[in-house]
Amino acid sequence: MSMDSFLQNIANSITLGSLYALIAIGYTMVYGIIRLINFAHADLLMVAAYVAFYGIFIFALPWWVAFAIAIALTTLLGMSIEKLAYRPLRNAPRISVLISAIGVSFLLENIGIVVLGARPKPFPRPEALVWNIQAGNISFLSLTIIIPIVTVILLLAVTYMVKKTKIGIAMRAVSRDFETSSLMAVDVNKVVGTTFAVGSALAAVGGLLWSLQYPQVDPLMGVFPGLKCFIAAVMGGIGSIPGAMLGGFLLGTIEVMLVGFMPDLSGYRDAFAFVILILILLFRPGGILGENVVEKV
Amino acid sequence: MRKAKRKFTVLLVVLMIASLALAGCAKKTADQVKPASDVIKVGVFEPLTGTNAAGGQMTVEGIKLANKLYPEVLGKKVELVIVDNKSEKQEAANAVQRLVSSDKVNVIIGSYGSSLSMAGGPVAKTAKIPVIGCSPTNPAVTLGNEFYFRVCFIDPFQGTVMSNYATNTLKGKTAAVIRDVQQDYSVGLSNYFVKAFKASNGDASIVADVSYNTGDKDFSAQLTQIKAKNPDIIFAPGNFLECGILVAKARELGIKVPILGGDTWEAPEFLNQVKAYKDIYFSTHFTAEQPVTEVSTTFLNEFKKAYPDKEVNAFGALGFDAYILALDGITRAGTTDGVALQKALAETKGFKGATGVITLDANRDATKTAIIKKVIDGKFVYDSKVEPK
Repeated sequence: MSMDSFLQNIANSITLGSLYALIAIGYTMVYGIIRLINFAHADLLMVAAYVAFYGIFIFALPWWVAFAIAIALTTLLGMSIEKLAYRPLRNAPRISVLISAIGVSFLLENIGIVVLGARPKPFPRPEALVWNIQAGNISFLSLTIIIPIVTVILLLAVTYMVKKTKIGIAMRAVSRDFETSSLMAVDVNKVVGTTFAVGSALAAVGGLLWSLQYPQVDPLMGVFPGLKCFIAAVMGGIGSIPGAMLGGFLLGTIEVMLVGFMPDLSGYRDAFAFVILILILLFRPGGILGENVVEKV
Repeated sequence: MRKAKRKFTVLLVVLMIASLALAGCAKKTADQVKPASDVIKVGVFEPLTGTNAAGGQMTVEGIKLANKLYPEVLGKKVELVIVDNKSEKQEAANAVQRLVSSDKVNVIIGSYGSSLSMAGGPVAKTAKIPVIGCSPTNPAVTLGNEFYFRVCFIDPFQGTVMSNYATNTLKGKTAAVIRDVQQDYSVGLSNYFVKAFKASNGDASIVADVSYNTGDKDFSAQLTQIKAKNPDIIFAPGNFLECGILVAKARELGIKVPILGGDTWEAPEFLNQVKAYKDIYFSTHFTAEQPVTEVSTTFLNEFKKAYPDKEVNAFGALGFDAYILALDGITRAGTTDGVALQKALAETKGFKGATGVITLDANRDATKTAIIKKVIDGKFVYDSKVEPK
């Protein structure tokens, strides 16, 4: 591989990896606090993308207003989902909540198909945000720089919140034990609600950046990134926020480099991602940075 | 993992719905002692949702238009039974099963997407119900299935047409191919192109051959690979969704050479992605610029009346043709019996459709003119046409 191709592939991996990382952080955060794999997370990406799409096209809003509204509405939706579909099941067996999450995911996808139509729509790329950069023989979009910066900023913000703020301490307490935390005057509902709000906002940002990078929105657009970012989160250690970041970058880089170095195997790219998932689950079930917490009886 | 769980949930839901439907059936048969022989049922299985939704929806528009213009055959009313195959192979087989066993259709039209047609074909063959494919171009669709017919040309022809265009018109000496390994259409068409291109330009003329999967959105790695080989042209047949993003990405990466594809590219979703670019060529079945028969003119006029805000497209025209050919077959057979209808359809010769004159060969495939279109100023524009030999 020539130097140019290699550098181009590095640029490609950074873009893909940071997108994966950003979405994986949302997955892992919700899992870390309430031990729920929020399947609806991926569909929140779609909701955010559509809100922004309609904001820009139908209501002719400036892109940053549309994006802000998209993030706000997605956050509200995420909190409502938690309140309506997960909270009533908090004391039920964990599998019930999981099924409920799958149900919500299906519901969002199918409402999307019925209301918005199954045919994809082109997502607008604001010129202020997306332009082409040419450096020697390498060319890439401004997004290759913007996405990792946004991802790192959000990662730092979320880490700060979890480690240093009062609500973060409450989150960590709740993640260990619901009942004991509530005995210590922690408002569990508020903490879980906040977790979902942050998680959904991350999903919204992820959805917007995803749609800018691959400018097409359709009701099932969340399925593919959802699956990949779930793998990324598990790779890094589900529940661990830096782990999700690492997992996302690793998965993106491995996928791009696999095709770069072994073009004959490019069709097996997804299969490869799953093989990695299986290997991780076999040899390091906690993930690369995950803690192997012993379940308390 | 998530998919498996989803599938399980889907299975449960399907079982529940099925039990409801079955409970409903028992009552229905008691009420409707009279058999429904006063209507002729035309089943349609097309992708109305999922990655191929646009293709299926355009086809169904054409079929509905034809049904509106020609609502009767043998003095009976024709009823369309339209089933969504969700762009999934498994669903395509289920859809055909539903059409033959539950809806008891007399003839079936479908489907956009060769893989979907190949999944549905054997079910119809077992039930001895003829199927007319509107746009599946892979040869394997009709091969060995005497109940499958089609009104479009097939990929060995389409691949050769594009290879000749690349070699003679675009003066390409080397080519890169990028294919979707999950689509029989994409794999088949790529193979025919490679074969024809190598025959004209030598074995070393294919400098890169890379692949991806249906549903992928990131093609940067594959395209970087291609860019490094610096081919004269790129052949990238596949679904309009993936290809739209792929072609745009190629241009963003600074790949300026012509990019060629197949008939699936004629979708607004594809155009939306590549509007800003040029040197994009593809083959298709029909063009509004060159109406070939009087049926073409009827179709064009009626289509504009029925769908004033939509562009006339090849898939609508092929859906239209599949429907009128089905009615023509029923008229010639004088009955809706599957075997008699199969025989009548197999004898189709010189049938005038919107997309041209259809004569079915021994493999039940149509031999027709291919149209080449290109993207100019954000529009699909007619470039040239290629007659079959």
